[in-house]
Amino acid sequence: MPDDIKTLSSQLAQDPDSLLFLRLGELLRQKGHLDAAHRVALTGLERHPHLPDAHDLYARILADKHDYERAFDEWDMALRIAPDHVGALKGLAFLYFKVGDVQQAQAHLEAAQRAAPDDPGVAQALAMARGGGERGASEAGGGATEALTEPEPIAPAAQPLEEARVFAGLEGAQEGLLLLDASGRVLGGALKDPSGKDVTDAVAAYLAGVSQEAARTVKLLGLGKWTGLAAEGNHGHVHLAPPTGDALLLVVRDRAVPMGRLAIIAQRAALAARRWLEAHA
Amino acid sequence: MTTAPAGYGKALDLITRVRGVRGAMLVSAEDGIVVAEQLMEGIKGPAVAALAASLATRLRRAMEAAGVGASLFWHLQAEQGALLVVPTPGGTLVVAVAEPDVNVGLVRLELLRAAEVVG
Repeated sequence: MPDDIKTLSSQLAQDPDSLLFLRLGELLRQKGHLDAAHRVALTGLERHPHLPDAHDLYARILADKHDYERAFDEWDMALRIAPDHVGALKGLAFLYFKVGDVQQAQAHLEAAQRAAPDDPGVAQALAMARGGGERGASEAGGGATEALTEPEPIAPAAQPLEEARVFAGLEGAQEGLLLLDASGRVLGGALKDPSGKDVTDAVAAYLAGVSQEAARTVKLLGLGKWTGLAAEGNHGHVHLAPPTGDALLLVVRDRAVPMGRLAIIAQRAALAARRWLEAHA
Repeated sequence: MTTAPAGYGKALDLITRVRGVRGAMLVSAEDGIVVAEQLMEGIKGPAVAALAASLATRLRRAMEAAGVGASLFWHLQAEQGALLVVPTPGGTLVVAVAEPDVNVGLVRLELLRAAEVVG
């Protein structure tokens, strides 16, 4: 095994963009080298932020380190990218069992079984969950996340609700404006990258929780409520705003649009979003 | 005040000398730990650093997914102040906590200069 680690490390060093980090990270995790596994997974995730397997690996390592909150986030992210990801479904089931939510755990395991009907680990964990409740959870969870995990009902994450109406008449309504709820579910608008590819769901997934974190940060600093977050990127600018307490508005434009103008566009869009949310409350 | 390399202190000086800036920090982007700080009394540096790093990670991933590239500067605006951040290529966040009426353009420039010093 150490030779395998050494070999994989060497190969990964020669080709840092390869997916070998998945095997190396898992191997290190299984050997109990959690800090090393953590570093490998995080580096891999930096290079492949949209790869569900990378989030799954990172989540398993976090779970082994008993960092269950962040593990949940990573499995949740994996599922948002790949809703049938068996590893993430099992991982979440494991976490639900840990907190005693057997019903949710079972639901996630059932989803995992639908995605991978021949996986004996899923069948075993599901049988235990159905029959043993907490005891089953404990037994199945004994092998860390391998045996027992479950998915949460995030599936309808990207169901736009009458999206065309939210930003009706606003510039970029279907390519540069997005309205999300607190869980990162799309309420309206759409987003395309510079090549024209629809990136709505991926961006929404990454922004889940941003509103709450921004609120916590400014509260900690005693700055009152947060009103916006403007960011410059290499190829474009983004502006985030909270049209209501829970929702999050995202405006994206290329670098030709100055940040000040972007803030004005965001203000208009936030007003439209607020009206729409109030009308649909 | 955290003990830090002299270069870090100079980098933070660039920022804190701007009127309206209540403090500045260098934060490890990976784990949210304070590397160096010059903060006014009462500001909970470690907690703010952790949240800033977490926000920076989410923002970076979202921006990359949106195709606008890496984040060069971000500005969290609030009713009574602001948090301004420049990520460095070396994995450090240069962070300023400011009053609401601060000259954002000037703070941005000083954050970018400090980021060059930190690397």
